[in-house]
Amino acid sequence: MVLTPLDYRLLNEFQHDLPLTPQPYLAMAQQLGITEEEVLERLRLMMQAGLISRVGVVLHPRRVGISTLAAMRTPPEQLATLAALVNGFAEVNHNYEREHEFNLWFVITAANPTRLEQIIREIEQQSSLKVYTMPMEEDFHIDLGFNFRQ
Amino acid sequence: MLTEPEQRLIAAIQNGFPLSSRPFHEMGLALGLSETELLTQLQDLQNKGVIKRIGVVVHHHELGYRANAMVVWDLPDQMVQDVGAKIRSFDFVSLCYLRRRCLPEWSYNFYCMIHGHKREETLQHADLLTQECGLTPFPRQVLFSRRRFKQYGAHYFNNIST
Repeated sequence: MVLTPLDYRLLNEFQHDLPLTPQPYLAMAQQLGITEEEVLERLRLMMQAGLISRVGVVLHPRRVGISTLAAMRTPPEQLATLAALVNGFAEVNHNYEREHEFNLWFVITAANPTRLEQIIREIEQQSSLKVYTMPMEEDFHIDLGFNFRQ
Repeated sequence: MLTEPEQRLIAAIQNGFPLSSRPFHEMGLALGLSETELLTQLQDLQNKGVIKRIGVVVHHHELGYRANAMVVWDLPDQMVQDVGAKIRSFDFVSLCYLRRRCLPEWSYNFYCMIHGHKREETLQHADLLTQECGLTPFPRQVLFSRRRFKQYGAHYFNNIST
């Protein structure tokens, strides 16, 4: 889809601080000088085009459950299969191939430590590979949001 | 930890708000909450730091940031706080974490997600940050993202009935 200057404003100005009011899209529309229906329509189109994931919340993993970054060294020819195995767990949210000997990186977030351990063990058993874990010790709270340009 | 009503709320909202005029009214119906009650609970979760931000969640890759790398350093523990505070001034960094090392195979403890439109740009960003923060003496790895197998908000409490 071709993005309009208005779309860029929708993307850039509302990654944070969506107003918690009964009609948040109306509040956005007022800030942009357009109608609520136009805001909803552009958001729907950008969602259909895969440019935005959702309008909603980003949670702080450590305040909700227990999470860890994890990595595996997989033989390249097995990578896609092992990525699918890892994706099979609903508790895995991010899962990326990265350019490194440690080539599969994912984040597991579980409701409690027992479940987290269980997932790690199951992935190790089913893949016959070690899962390296690097739990977060401190978040330096950057998250400024992205700035998109036309 | 969170109360059961809080868990139910998070399970119901984690996939995003409806794109309709009164999204909180609509979600409240499913949860048995009034619009006002739902808004109050969301505000509480934000005040407690459970909700980090509320807004448009983008797919940055699809929007032009195609060269994204996890850059990691092995920094002495006593340096980490100062460096972490400095990272805020670099707008090409989206996340910055201290993580436990996984020794002996993985000795890196300081992580930044660095974004750019092209590889050269991202590498320049990584070099700039390395120099400005005095990280040149320390081991560093740049792990560019290749395939994305999954990316969405974490899914919590899916076993709780709503």
